Amino acid sequence: MIDTEKTSRLSRFLDNDMVWSFTHSPMAMAAGIATLLFFCAALFAPIIAPFNPFDPAQVMLWDGKLPPAWADGGLPQYILGTDDQGRDLLSTMLYGGRLSILVGLAAVLLGMVLGTTLGVISGFAGGLTDVIIMRIADVQLTIPGILTAIMINGFGRAFLPIEYHNQFAIYFVIIAIGLSDWPQFARVTRGATMVERNKEYVQAARVIGLPNWLIILRHVLPNVMRSVIVLSTLSFAIAIISEATLSFLGQGIPSTTPSLGTLIRVGNEYLFSGLWWIAFFPSLTLVLLVFSVNLLGDKLRDILDPKLR
Amino acid sequence: MRYLFGRLMQVGLVMIVVSFVSFSMFNFVGDPLSSLLPEDATAADADRMRDALGLNDSVMTQYGRFMANAVQGNFGISYRLKQPVTELIASRLPATLELVAVSAVIAIVVGVTAGVFCGIRPKSWASKTILSSSLAGVSLPTFVMGIALIYIFAVTLKWLPSSGRGGTVDLGVWKTSLLTVDGWRSILLPAITLSLFQTTMILRLVRAEMLEVMRADYIKFARARGLTDRAINFGHALRNTLVPVTTVIGMNIGGLIAFSVITETVFQWPGTGLMFIQAVGFVDIPVMAAYLLFVAGLFVLISLTVDLLYFLIDPRIRLS
Amino acid sequence: MTQLLDIRNLSIDFPMRGLVLNAVKGFNLQVNAGEIIGLVGESGAGKSTVGNAITGLLGKPGRISRGEVIFQGENICDYTDEQMRKLRGRRIGMIFQDPQSSLNPLMTVGKQLVETIQECLGLRLKEAEARAIELLNDVGIPDPESRLKSYPHQFSGGMRQRVVIALALAGDPELIIADEPTTALDVSIQSQILQLIRKICDERGVGVIMVTHDIGVVSEIADRVAVMFRGELVEVGGVDQVLRNPQHEYTQNLIVAVPSPDKRLHRFTCVDLIEGEASQTKIDVQTHWLGKANSDVVEDAGPAIEIKDMSLAFRLKNSVLKSQRTFVQAVDNVSFDIEQGETFGLVGESGSGKSTLARIVAGLHTADKGELSIYGKKIGFKHNDPARRHSRTFLQVVFQDPYSSMNSRMNIRDIVAEPMRFHNLTENEAQTRQIVDDLLDHVGLGKTAARRYPHEFSGGQRQRIAIARALASRPKILICDEPTSALDVSTQAQILNLLRDLQDELGLTMLFISHDLPVVRQMCDRIAVMRHGKICEIASNEDLFENPQHEYSQHLLKLMPNLGAS
Repeated sequence: MIDTEKTSRLSRFLDNDMVWSFTHSPMAMAAGIATLLFFCAALFAPIIAPFNPFDPAQVMLWDGKLPPAWADGGLPQYILGTDDQGRDLLSTMLYGGRLSILVGLAAVLLGMVLGTTLGVISGFAGGLTDVIIMRIADVQLTIPGILTAIMINGFGRAFLPIEYHNQFAIYFVIIAIGLSDWPQFARVTRGATMVERNKEYVQAARVIGLPNWLIILRHVLPNVMRSVIVLSTLSFAIAIISEATLSFLGQGIPSTTPSLGTLIRVGNEYLFSGLWWIAFFPSLTLVLLVFSVNLLGDKLRDILDPKLR
Repeated sequence: MRYLFGRLMQVGLVMIVVSFVSFSMFNFVGDPLSSLLPEDATAADADRMRDALGLNDSVMTQYGRFMANAVQGNFGISYRLKQPVTELIASRLPATLELVAVSAVIAIVVGVTAGVFCGIRPKSWASKTILSSSLAGVSLPTFVMGIALIYIFAVTLKWLPSSGRGGTVDLGVWKTSLLTVDGWRSILLPAITLSLFQTTMILRLVRAEMLEVMRADYIKFARARGLTDRAINFGHALRNTLVPVTTVIGMNIGGLIAFSVITETVFQWPGTGLMFIQAVGFVDIPVMAAYLLFVAGLFVLISLTVDLLYFLIDPRIRLS
Repeated sequence: MTQLLDIRNLSIDFPMRGLVLNAVKGFNLQVNAGEIIGLVGESGAGKSTVGNAITGLLGKPGRISRGEVIFQGENICDYTDEQMRKLRGRRIGMIFQDPQSSLNPLMTVGKQLVETIQECLGLRLKEAEARAIELLNDVGIPDPESRLKSYPHQFSGGMRQRVVIALALAGDPELIIADEPTTALDVSIQSQILQLIRKICDERGVGVIMVTHDIGVVSEIADRVAVMFRGELVEVGGVDQVLRNPQHEYTQNLIVAVPSPDKRLHRFTCVDLIEGEASQTKIDVQTHWLGKANSDVVEDAGPAIEIKDMSLAFRLKNSVLKSQRTFVQAVDNVSFDIEQGETFGLVGESGSGKSTLARIVAGLHTADKGELSIYGKKIGFKHNDPARRHSRTFLQVVFQDPYSSMNSRMNIRDIVAEPMRFHNLTENEAQTRQIVDDLLDHVGLGKTAARRYPHEFSGGQRQRIAIARALASRPKILICDEPTSALDVSTQAQILNLLRDLQDELGLTMLFISHDLPVVRQMCDRIAVMRHGKICEIASNEDLFENPQHEYSQHLLKLMPNLGAS
């Protein structure tokens, strides 16, 4: 009995209009697959990467600044060349991308949980609670997210003695980006919640006598989730850019365990001396990663939530 | 009037919150004494200093003093540059504002034009191309764009300078780089870099608004009355997109100020953004606090201007 | 009479993903100058599509696949886009449903009129303005000169629809297509607008195609009626002939389903051409779940519902200053009793407070003051009041909109079972499932419905599911808040029949809210007429309809469309 129910749910899922639109849109599929590949590369970085860039035994300082394998002076074992400290660029990038994706995910998760919770409460409760939460969100929304992130990050670091900066950098970055992100989620979920709250199925649940928290959990949240998923995808792209930007500005992930942004910052210093590859490959990876996530988010929005902008 | 009053209240609230954050930074982050006292100061010296600085007063008194100083334009002295912060900002401001202004013009002109075009002809291949490339534009981080432009036009082709403002002309209180050829050559790359992201955002939002309006009943009714496409597109549709588009443009000018921090760093543009990033690096609290307050003030100014524009555009707000 | 329009064998297709939807099939219709044709049909019948096709405003991907539309001797299907544009406004005018959204909110009414007049008639600015004033005057807008400078939001709903009509007349068209022009309006304004359209038709000799789902509207103003069903024209004829003596089976069903205000029938003669329901063998309710007494209810404790001096005000505009806040008195000092087993009707126009009152009884709103007792037990207004909590099992609500009254993420079983599961009414899950299946059976849906999701059902079927959910906790009192106003007439008849049967079988007490007098006439024993939050009159069904006492009741009854059919 349970089994047949499950299979019917699966077939219902595959038969669904939205899944159909997704699997029949080449762009959406391409974006989905590309994003998946990036995630796999990040997940399996320790297996795929030819070197471990954080193992001092594997890093040869005299191999520093070597161009890609195909260029003059390149060595075959360093396919994309090496960075200034003699680390294999491809391996460093794999680990860097892993870090970028990790920070992005954690930041979005923070922003999503915080924003969605506050947004749903705000939209459902209305009244003074709503006014207070949304005023705070409005105030924060006046200032663009990246600037908020830079400031939160900068001020957070200001509290800490300089010695600890590198050690805690990653947490600061995650918190800064997550906190700069929540008003978006709050705004969208509040709007969606208010729409759902006034629908009659919520009234019906009230008549039955369900307490508010159960109504929110069982009825409102599942219906708001669509917008949240779309927004999370788009925010994930922005979070990756924000992390890279912070790191590029020297305010983010330190160069001992570089993320993509850190690598680009280092590469930028060598650009004028013609060492183009140190900046080029991480930049390309970053842009491709962000582009595929953005494309995925864009298509998901078209399919799941055409009204959200 | 009630509407404007409400907005002013909100703006006041924003400024109070931001100033408080700024004040808390100023007072509680790091130890202001350590940067002001001589190396060999005793505990008694520190106490005297604390008294002199009023650090033993209640928090509200200190906040009041901070605000009184801020209103008079006094934010203390930069730890790093040993210069009054106000002077520092004033000398850096023209560079940032000129950069933002030029980028804003590029972003608005290109973004709105392309957005309207895509909105009116959503099916044509040109708008499809524009739309797809705009997604790439959104995905291109500002600093990557800057590095790429520098590498192509400054390092490889050597056509344009890679950093600085070039020649400036001193107009008394304002040093401008917009009156020299060299200045224009210098501003070109940073302005394009800065405007790219905002251009694509404006484009996408204007297009979406345009499409939304084109679906409205009054457009269908206008069509049913036999009005020409021209009258419908520009007379009815465009005007109705104006309200949301104004918001978008306001937000995007705000975005330009935010991203100027990054652009100025990439191009070593001597503006307030670069100053701020350097201050963050050195934990130069007075500069950071003042910049925060200054930027918040700018945003408030922008959002008030946008509200005022609503008031002019939308009779529903004006006449209610 | 000159023939204006001749539609011959018109077919319209909408190519969709993988299949072609035939929205209109072989449609024929002639329209003469100076006559009003009512184009009637239920939702999805293709009536609006015909109207849009005539003016070349078919939404993509719709296209005319066959047939011709001959307007004043020319086949306009062959027209280029530019020719079609010149046809619209100048020769064929259109009126849409919602006056709120039909006008450009950022342009003064005068500008929109002048612009249209200049475009269509090529007049100079001064002449166009003079003509705009004339038009506003013709459609009955007082003080037209100064109103030219007003924006649409400064007009009331009815006035706005008059402006829309003036705009449709601006190019002096010979034919007007009015697509549900009165559906968004209240009854009293509805009849004014209909009179205006009649007047324009007579004075100017224009032909009018009135697209509507409302047979009452047609009976009031049309000369001839065309009935559409599933994209096909099933019957055309004079109003009297079609309404009194319908020929086609569908039309007959449709007419029977229209609730009659004159006399009270126990049930509608069954109409199942439309939903095609299988007549289920119904379970014996008396010995089953529903028939078993809800043990906690004391049956002989006085009236089922007792309301005393109930008031509730809503805040319209919020402000920090108390003096700036504005309120609307939604319910104003209302008192009445509902006896056990009785069907009590609440009627009134939109904004009369009838739904608010029902929601107070259901515990969805809290009254500012007043007393509410259910089965003699006083219900406190606190959220956790024990009497209120207790009432939740035996008081249930059927809502208006079948599309939003169910959580689209849950399947039907979970939806119907929710009250039983929450109140732990059954002994185990198997019993719950059994009862859900039985309930679905009983309201006329098969057992297979349980595993499906709401979007797989039509509006009428969803309303049946909503009723099954309301029944799941074995209620004694059922509040029906406009349960059929979102449904087509034939579906409405079925749902009303179902409610009737349930009441007969279970002895339910019903509070029935509706804006539709004929529906109330059919359903209720006693009726309260509400206006601006106050009750004008409470009377028995017969007394109210045959001998209304209050002025407002008389006014409402006069506006009630009478089919003239008997």
